[in-house]
Amino acid sequence: MADVKIGAYICKGCGIGERLDAKQMMQVASRDAKAHLVREHEFLCNAEGVQMIKNDIANEGVNRVAICACSRRSKTDAFNFEGVAITRGNIREGVIWVRPNTEEARETTQEMAEDYVRMAVIEAKFMTPPSKNTEAKYDRTILVVGGGVSGMTSAIEAAKAGYPVHIVEKASALGGNAANFLRRVPQKSPYANPEDSGVAGLIKAIQADSKIKVHLNSTITRTSGAPGRFAVDITTESGATATEHFGAIVQATGFHDYDANKLPELGYGKSPNVVTQLELEKMAKAANGAVLKTKDGKEIKSVVFVQCAGQRSSKEGHLPYCSGHCCSTSIKQAMYFKDQNPTIDTNVIYSDLRTPGTGGEEFYRSGQRKGVTFTKGVVSEVVNGSDGLDVKFKDLILNQDVVEKADLVVLATGMIANSGVNIDEVKQDEPGEWKSSPESVLNLSYRQGKDIPLLKHGFNDSHFICFPYETRRTGIYTTGPVRRPMDLLQAQEDATGAALKAIQSIESAAQGLAVHPRVGDLSFPSFRREGCTQCKRCTVECPFGAIDEDEQRFPVFNESRCRRCGTCMGACPVRVISFENYSVDTVGQQLKNINIPEEFEEKPRILVLACENDAYPALDMAAMRKIEYSAWARIIPVRCLGSVNLIWLTDALNSGYDGVVMMGCQKGENYQCHFVKGSEIAQVRMSKVDDTLKTLNLEVERVATYEVAITDIERAPRLINDMAEAVKKVGLSPFKF
Amino acid sequence: MGDMNVVKVEAYRNSFLKEVEANVEGGQWVKMCMQCGVCSGSCPLGSAWDHPPQELFMMIRAGKREEVLTSSSMWMCTSCYNCIVRCPRDLPITHIMHGLAHYAERLGLAPKNQPTRKFAKLFWNNLVKKGRVNELKLGVALYFMNGLVEGIKTALKMAPLGLNMLKTKRMNPLEYVGGHGIKDAAGLQAILKKARAIELAKAKKA
Ligand code: SF4
Ligand code: SF4
Ligand code: SF4
Repeated sequence: MADVKIGAYICKGCGIGERLDAKQMMQVASRDAKAHLVREHEFLCNAEGVQMIKNDIANEGVNRVAICACSRRSKTDAFNFEGVAITRGNIREGVIWVRPNTEEARETTQEMAEDYVRMAVIEAKFMTPPSKNTEAKYDRTILVVGGGVSGMTSAIEAAKAGYPVHIVEKASALGGNAANFLRRVPQKSPYANPEDSGVAGLIKAIQADSKIKVHLNSTITRTSGAPGRFAVDITTESGATATEHFGAIVQATGFHDYDANKLPELGYGKSPNVVTQLELEKMAKAANGAVLKTKDGKEIKSVVFVQCAGQRSSKEGHLPYCSGHCCSTSIKQAMYFKDQNPTIDTNVIYSDLRTPGTGGEEFYRSGQRKGVTFTKGVVSEVVNGSDGLDVKFKDLILNQDVVEKADLVVLATGMIANSGVNIDEVKQDEPGEWKSSPESVLNLSYRQGKDIPLLKHGFNDSHFICFPYETRRTGIYTTGPVRRPMDLLQAQEDATGAALKAIQSIESAAQGLAVHPRVGDLSFPSFRREGCTQCKRCTVECPFGAIDEDEQRFPVFNESRCRRCGTCMGACPVRVISFENYSVDTVGQQLKNINIPEEFEEKPRILVLACENDAYPALDMAAMRKIEYSAWARIIPVRCLGSVNLIWLTDALNSGYDGVVMMGCQKGENYQCHFVKGSEIAQVRMSKVDDTLKTLNLEVERVATYEVAITDIERAPRLINDMAEAVKKVGLSPFKF
Repeated sequence: MGDMNVVKVEAYRNSFLKEVEANVEGGQWVKMCMQCGVCSGSCPLGSAWDHPPQELFMMIRAGKREEVLTSSSMWMCTSCYNCIVRCPRDLPITHIMHGLAHYAERLGLAPKNQPTRKFAKLFWNNLVKKGRVNELKLGVALYFMNGLVEGIKTALKMAPLGLNMLKTKRMNPLEYVGGHGIKDAAGLQAILKKARAIELAKAKKA
């Protein structure tokens, strides 16, 4: 790497020139922060300004660019220079837009701006232009685990996009659960009648596609590697194992039926004429159009469908969630009877009839038109009666207890995800003692466990709204009902999305680029082996299981699995983990170089560490609305609160900051954290801050950690002002030298 | 489960629903109700009904023939059309209410003393006589709808109003004897008779 040469650029556009003394800022950049070259410009983001910087890079050897202008979130296209490290001093959103344009505010506003200039130059000094991830590899083949409708759809879609695919299916045939369906809920207008399940068509398409290879009767006995270079052992029933290489993995392992034996009150197991939806589907398929009969050979003349059987219930052993497809499925199955013989009575007893999707409501109406009865009620018991089954229920509209006779009772039981082992309960084998587990789906050799972490109720879902496909294992995407309960149509759409994510991950891995959420980031964490104490904190805390351990218990970073959150860097007690463009120093040196005024000046300093995903944009938006906040604040964006190393806090407090505010994303069940667990881990870590404060003899009010959402536009500045107030109360820090 | 209120009928088997579909105006719509309750919530009088529209529809589906047809509920409908406007399933609720009332009346099951029903009968009989409503007679008949004593009381209470109307020539006392009608009242009655015969024939067929 050539010598460090920092170019600092002060923009005077957007009113900066009128509000701030640019000459003074230039002096700070060159004299205090030691930038090698300092220039000002009337409008830095215009073609001429950008060209000026480019010229300096080309002719003056500038390899670190500190742009002191607008927020790092603005003008990213203009200020995009290859091969150099770029930092941004936020003197527009961070200074002039949040401070009043008054005579008495002028001095503190200028100080703020000068600090940001200083910080930008210092950050640049401790940065290295990121170079490519050295382990970048490019295997274009996609592995699809599971040959049901989701898996087959993913495979077909990926193959259509030109990527070779292998499907691994445990059973002896493709098709999964849907292979048992007589027909499916309609997916096309007018959504009136059940239609062909489409399974045969998918199987045919796969057989005809030379890009898709199918492994039947096979399971996965080991998965190792990372995006772009997965090595997967595929083992057949007979025990023969072949190792194949893949760029990305789609896990479409689907669901299995809830065990209806847990519902004896609904007659399951007591009468052969109480069946689950899946069992009725098999019966109907076997009958293939013939009149459906009870187990004792009687023609079925009346059917009661019991919705939410053992689901949406808080009872022990029941499923707390809604499986999403069962109302429509019951309508479809009632039609099997009605279409054959309209005099057959079909009664769907529901507590809430939910038919999601475009055609759902139409299909419901169609069922009503065909004479299916829908009754809002709760079934308490199904027993063998004198003549068939007695279904006891409470009619919730008429508020009466009813006993209805039925020849057949169909239970709408829920879906349970085939998500493998729960890695929170089943720990990974020790290095060197790794064995494959028959319960596991992927048999990952990863340090953190053999399967994908679960989110809720055994499903692998990731953030439902913001990044639905992402799992906490980079390059492995779950899809279909293993991710969350869904119907066939949703599963097909979902599977298409997962195929696209897999392709994206392969292409990113090939170039050594990060995927969501720091898409395109070239940097990756590296660690100084000599300094490492093998404490394992990084390998345990990495939300993405990117770090393995070698046999000596040293961390092994898998760069393409890494999402660049920096949680490992925040975790490391000896601070040996860093990124080229983000390290303990890039932040630590910034906060050390902020000018701390002498105590008598009575100008407190508040350090704000704000998550770049939510809190920092919220503050930017507050600035756009000209919401003012304290001139004492100095804000440093962090990748994730999880990347905050305690040393930053200790350093800040030791060097005389009067308060520290940390802003991360919401944690817990409804988390907003882009790195899923980053903010949660940070909060655990920060719980130790009180001890630090005590040893320094400082008031606990000086440090505050908040969950801030991107929409907290009014609140985020208020939190800063709250700290300014708190500092006023407890007084200035005694650590100012 | 208290056995007393357990209904052991061939309920929810659509038999009464089919009867309604065949005999009641708009009856074929009943099965399309999705029990959202918007109609009951929208009906300005709904809270005063024994069974607001949504409930009536569920009762029909639950085979409660007797209870539905002898109910006073559908007689409470004032034809404000609030429910029709709001029903997400487009049920012609108002029409079904009148259809049900009419069917119950035809079967002789309608509650005899339901005031709306009584008034409807007075109105109809008054109208068909001469082809025009005789307001004076209708008004007086209404006063005496609930018996002689109450009729006299009401009449006395309303007397000043009547005198004022007489003074301002808003009321012609001679209307009480005879009163004017349409040209061919007999023709109208013949038409109505024929209509009734057709209706009965249709009902028998169903
Ligand atoms: S903690 Fe974050 S930055 Fe560190 S290895 Fe894991 S994903 Fe990468
Ligand atoms: S508003 Fe319509 S759909 Fe809703 S309960 Fe009334 S009739 Fe039924
Ligand atoms: S039309 Fe009749 S039933 Fe409908 S809201 Fe009005 S009064 Fe009630």
